[in-house]
Amino acid sequence: MSNAFSLTAPILISALCLYGLFRGVDIYAALCRGAAKGLEVIRDMLPALICLFPALWLFRETVLASLLTELLSPVFDSMGIPPETGLIMLLRPLSGSAALSEASSLIAQYGADSLIGRTAAVMIGSSETSFYVIAVYFSAAGVKNSRWAVPAALAADMACFLSSAWVCRIMWG
Amino acid sequence: MLFIFSTLALAASGGSGDAVFRGAEQAVEFCIGIAGGICLWSGVMELTEQCGLARALGRLLKKPLSRLFPASCRDEQILSALSQNISANLLGLGNAATPAGIRAAQGMAALGSRAQDELCMLVVLNTASIQLIPSTIAAVRSSYGAASAFDITAAVWISSFISLAVGLAAAHILKRLWP
Repeated sequence: MSNAFSLTAPILISALCLYGLFRGVDIYAALCRGAAKGLEVIRDMLPALICLFPALWLFRETVLASLLTELLSPVFDSMGIPPETGLIMLLRPLSGSAALSEASSLIAQYGADSLIGRTAAVMIGSSETSFYVIAVYFSAAGVKNSRWAVPAALAADMACFLSSAWVCRIMWG
Repeated sequence: MLFIFSTLALAASGGSGDAVFRGAEQAVEFCIGIAGGICLWSGVMELTEQCGLARALGRLLKKPLSRLFPASCRDEQILSALSQNISANLLGLGNAATPAGIRAAQGMAALGSRAQDELCMLVVLNTASIQLIPSTIAAVRSSYGAASAFDITAAVWISSFISLAVGLAAAHILKRLWP
């Protein structure tokens, strides 16, 4: 079932190209313009990552990191979550770049096709930087009282991490 | 903050500070590694937008959205901003999703107390990532040698769906509890 998705990108791209041709869109120009926008995304991301990667690496060198994992691992184990991904769950609602840095270092360390690497990827792929989204929307709307948005968003995040771990365990465990 | 904290902890435990430079090096390598994937995908997304696929999806979403947001959907402008926001989210067009979502949020805020629950609902919908194609993390996976970078897609859908369902359920419960 998972193998069907290895063709996702080529099929999607060719289907879009056909559709674009049909609609009379200048496909090549659109692709290039988009790729240039992608470079801007990278450019905006890099400075934050250069600051965050060293901080995270430093943190992982400390005893605190191993202490945290050790302390929390019985809890995570009983919930079926790999304890290594604990830091992602802490960082994800607060900072997207920090969580992505942590996930990528786990993927580098354990391998992209390992259970830990996959769980980290699914966690990142299926959640959002909740506090950032909440801050942007409420401040843009000029509403000061966010009411129940924070608890509801955090409940959704928790559910997302739990189900990421379980789904990965079922599919690849 | 994490920096100061970790430095103190490291100094106390006597580890190696070289991790700082290795980390910075990794950051640049990481960005170069995923740049190709990100740019290609961003090109594809531009194509999606140009083809008018985002607009078509937005039209499809109007019906279910008007059920979730009964007060706001009476205002045609809010409804169209809403459907643009959700369809851009689905397609992973982050740059298009936020402005549309903000327009919808401002419209809801203007409706006053009738729509304050719906504003929260909009925010919760946006915090539960509902993306059809997890392109960024797939780029990361392929740069670290995944056999098939997109094979996590189904897992991401399931877990996004569960988180969305929990978010909506929490919204329905909390809405009643809140004064």
